[in-house]
Amino acid sequence: MSELLTKSRARNVFYGGSIFFVVVFVALTAQSHRHIVEQSTAGMPLTEEVALGKHVWERHSCINCHTLHGEGAYFAPELGNVMTRWGAQDDPELAYEILDGWMQAQPSGIEGRRQMPRFEITEEEMRALAEFLRWADQTDTQNWPPNDAG
Amino acid sequence: MKYKTQKVAYAYFIVAMGLFAIQVLGGLLAGWIYVSPNTLSELLPFNVIRMIHTNALIVWLLLGFFGAAYYLVPEESEREIFSVKLAYIQLAILVVGTLGAVGSYLVGIHGGREFLEQPLWVKFGILVAAVIFLVNVSLTFLAGRKTAITNILMMGLWLLCLLWVFAFINPDNLSLDKMYWWFVVHLWVEATWELVMAAILGFLMLKLTGVDREVIEKWLYIIVATALFSGILGTGHHFYWIGTPGYWQWVGSIFSTFEVVPFFAMMSFAFLMVWKGRKNHPNKAALLWSLGSSTVAFFGAGVWGFLHTLHGVNYYTHGTQITAAHGHLSFYGAYVALNLAMFSYAMPLLRGRAPYNQVLNMASFWLMTGGMAFMTFTLTFAGTIQTHMQRIVGDYYMDVQDQLGLFYLMRFGSGVAVVLGAILFIYSMLVVRREVVKPGPVVKDATVPGE
Ligand code: HEM
Ligand code: HEM
Ligand SMILES: [Fe+2]
Repeated sequence: MSELLTKSRARNVFYGGSIFFVVVFVALTAQSHRHIVEQSTAGMPLTEEVALGKHVWERHSCINCHTLHGEGAYFAPELGNVMTRWGAQDDPELAYEILDGWMQAQPSGIEGRRQMPRFEITEEEMRALAEFLRWADQTDTQNWPPNDAG
Repeated sequence: MKYKTQKVAYAYFIVAMGLFAIQVLGGLLAGWIYVSPNTLSELLPFNVIRMIHTNALIVWLLLGFFGAAYYLVPEESEREIFSVKLAYIQLAILVVGTLGAVGSYLVGIHGGREFLEQPLWVKFGILVAAVIFLVNVSLTFLAGRKTAITNILMMGLWLLCLLWVFAFINPDNLSLDKMYWWFVVHLWVEATWELVMAAILGFLMLKLTGVDREVIEKWLYIIVATALFSGILGTGHHFYWIGTPGYWQWVGSIFSTFEVVPFFAMMSFAFLMVWKGRKNHPNKAALLWSLGSSTVAFFGAGVWGFLHTLHGVNYYTHGTQITAAHGHLSFYGAYVALNLAMFSYAMPLLRGRAPYNQVLNMASFWLMTGGMAFMTFTLTFAGTIQTHMQRIVGDYYMDVQDQLGLFYLMRFGSGVAVVLGAILFIYSMLVVRREVVKPGPVVKDATVPGE
């Protein structure tokens, strides 16, 4: 091996191969970008309201307790399919009402149970948050999660 | 220490160790909340504590890498650092940014992308610091001798700083957001940081074992080639269920399986170099951390990574405590232990004295490594039960969590061991100024003077 694979050969293989894989990766992500926009998330328009909902989600850093499509923290339930779990995926008004009711009831204060904080969220923002969660739920996630438990 | 400007590394290492202490204390508190959920729930909720824990981790590891670069680039390039002043300015920006981030988290100001929660001004600060750093080390590197170690180190550092750009790209489309988010997270730990790891490990092996540079450098190129060939397309293992196309299930499964190879190679490399070594270096603690790092990285990243990387498995384990188990052992082995190896090696030289208190340092290795291993086991058991009850049986998340209390209690216990180990490490590095345990004749006589 030592004769065939000199240091400079090893180096050239490293540089050449890396460039090759970067090119393939960039091509595939460009295609994936298009796929996401045109297919997997196209079931519901990405409105201003949904975008606002995403900002509300980010401002309160929900991701550091919950998972969303399985990514985030593991301290609290998966929310990518929460609207399905609540039976509210096809009913914006119901989605808002259940979500609002839930958020207002926090923190539960029950001893020995994980607590969710209380957030200052206006009605407009709460509606947007509900829309964002409905929007996330309609994403084609290749049938993940395996069941409604999330 | 051959070049006086290497001294800047000292300041980087001190700050890094301070943040390391904050990181593990934050982790311990987060682990306690799993045991006793009402703790601080109104004052300082879990999400904020978790942010501090993960952000402190990432920043101190980066500070460690920057310090390591300032230490080893002069020695490899046979030059003084281009500008010491710039190096300190860079550190100051990072310290201000870090304190600013922690302060704003505490008052509830933060972003909402996991690990990238820093307020925008801090993100820009990090960008500026990164640019200063790249200019500073690149000019040092370009003016001097180029070795494979510095080639690979520079490439890793450049690419990881460039990837930081994706921290600013946050599309409104959640799936796009997720896809680009992984450009930072995955392409850091499973591509660019691996180059940095290989370079630092190579440097440590060169110094500690005295094996021929030619041999070491050829190994390094092979290691980093396998890292990038597998790790770039291996990103696909995060593109299974976030709205990305189905073909990633095959691309991700196949290429991320090969990600085990560079970690196995780094472990083999470290042991082989010690086996072939021609030097009996007096710093046994640095050697222990180096071997330990490559070994635990193989288990944490390689074995625990492979455990859940095939899409058929990941369909059930995705986002459970299995992920947390893997995240802990991989970060600990590959990057925490590697940094501590570098500190153990360089600190005595930076302070111009013999490597005192290796026994305390080595005890801290076993305490921390034992604690992290135990934590990984408990989380793996918890995650297995969670996967079965929640993903297969279909029980509700919170009901399942109620069944896992014993594991979380044991995780907290292992966290105590890790914190004690971390404190012992810092104590042995910084506080004790004399040999606490006298070495026997074998170690004493073996001292080929350290370089
Ligand atoms: C005192 C020891 C530690 C304890 C008790 C601890 C505890 C925790 C807890 C409770 C979480 C949140 C998990 C969740 O989302 O539910 C967490 C996350 C995390 N910790 Fe630690 N930790 C400790 C040490 C460490 C160390 C030494 C490292 C680095 C090697 C580390 C790296 C991480 C990472 C990367 C995450 C995010 C994991 C993910 O998203 O998968 N922790 N830790
Ligand atoms: C030192 C290198 C590595 C580090 C530091 C690391 C760290 C992490 C962390 C922190 C996460 C959780 C991210 C989140 O919050 O969602 C993660 C996820 C993951 N890692 Fe790694 N990892 C490493 C190497 C590997 C390798 C080599 C493999 C495969 C062989 C692997 C497979 C995975 C998979 C499949 C996930 C997704 C888990 C899920 O679906 O929930 N990792 N890794
Ligand atoms: Fe990954």
